Amino acid sequence: MSLIYPKQSLEAFPKHLSPGYKSTIKRSPSKPLMIVPHTLSELTGPVYGHDAIQENDNDLTKQHKGEPLGERIIVHGQVLDEDKRPVPNALVELWQANACGRYVHNVDQHPAPLDPNFTGAGRTVTDDKGYYKFITVKPGAYPWGNHHNAWRPNHIHFSVFGHSFLSRLVTQMYFPGDYLFPYDPIFNSVLDEKARARMIATFDLENTVPDWALAFRFDIVLRGREATPLDNDEH
Amino acid sequence: MSEITPSQTVGPFFAYGLTPKGRCDWDPNGSYSWKNTVESNLVTPDASGTRIRIEGIVYDGDNLPINDCMIEIWQADSQGRYASPRAGAASNTQFKGFGRSATDKAGVFAFDTIKPGQVAGPGGKPQAPHIVVCIYSRGMIRQVYTRLYFADEAANAADPILSMVPADRRKTLIAHKQSGTDPALYRFDIRVQGGDETVFFDI
Ligand SMILES: [Fe+3]
Repeated sequence: MSLIYPKQSLEAFPKHLSPGYKSTIKRSPSKPLMIVPHTLSELTGPVYGHDAIQENDNDLTKQHKGEPLGERIIVHGQVLDEDKRPVPNALVELWQANACGRYVHNVDQHPAPLDPNFTGAGRTVTDDKGYYKFITVKPGAYPWGNHHNAWRPNHIHFSVFGHSFLSRLVTQMYFPGDYLFPYDPIFNSVLDEKARARMIATFDLENTVPDWALAFRFDIVLRGREATPLDNDEH
Repeated sequence: MSEITPSQTVGPFFAYGLTPKGRCDWDPNGSYSWKNTVESNLVTPDASGTRIRIEGIVYDGDNLPINDCMIEIWQADSQGRYASPRAGAASNTQFKGFGRSATDKAGVFAFDTIKPGQVAGPGGKPQAPHIVVCIYSRGMIRQVYTRLYFADEAANAADPILSMVPADRRKTLIAHKQSGTDPALYRFDIRVQGGDETVFFDI
């Protein structure tokens, strides 16, 4: 299988300069990015197998002596390529705030309590069907300094490795029906509504565990698809 | 239209998840209880080649160091082999060629690695030894890619990618060897925006 990574696939990505998210103003390139061909250096990428993870790395409720406070949730889904083929052995890392909207990170000054039973970091590797699963608690919303009365919608940060260094993705998973969506410049930096919807998990009643945890399904689609004869004609 | 999942910023709080044992010395506790998946030291006992250290500062558009940045590097081993199933001649050592470093409070990132060999480029023409560099940060809604080349490599003159870069901007991709260190220290600063802005690639 030899994959190609057309740049058009990135059309729905936010612009580097997304002024509503103020920090992009001084941290986005001001010169046009240089177009260069993909070489072996871009088309290859690191591989992480199951030896990279330990038992319970994907269960954020079992990393401390007691159980964390908050709504226990299952977050699961598939990592796929653009042809919707599963990406097996993909390293998926996540980090998030606790149920009160507070990160363990020392720079987080939000006056909400830390939870001694919750760090908020997890990792796993997808199985041969590209499937991953985490058990965690639903993160709270939290304020930030972007503008007056700015609050981030509930979200979980994701970092995913695909088949190449070009398919590397860092994103955020949101929860369905969040009332903060219209006010969040990070979420809305993705201008296309359908593309924004791809960052929102779906409530998954079928995989909810009765009397124990709600489930959310979040599929992640990475760059990379099979070349078609049409693509070859372009060269 | 492609249906890939859009990028979002890594945010300011990634360190305890992605670089918990990294350069978070601006963190009063030094490091977090979580463990690293990816290290900033790429050197494995069985890796042949020249050991090097790469250090640099990431600057924003006001020329201020960025202290909440994450850098990832991807490179071939000393014989020009990528440790990837997609590479023709995969490396047979434990050397992975992939590293990750956060920036510290002064905006400094650092990697310990092996100087990469030459790999094939477009049309089979060899590329000069280089490292692919990917930058993530609060204020970056999506990652940017650049390349690091070594000032002391004659092969730079014929590199197919470097030669596409306007001559007056090539210097932003060149790491310079500092004198009197062992292993050799290469300096590579990254300027996200402004007059001396690093060349970033639309790939
Ligand atoms: Fe966040």
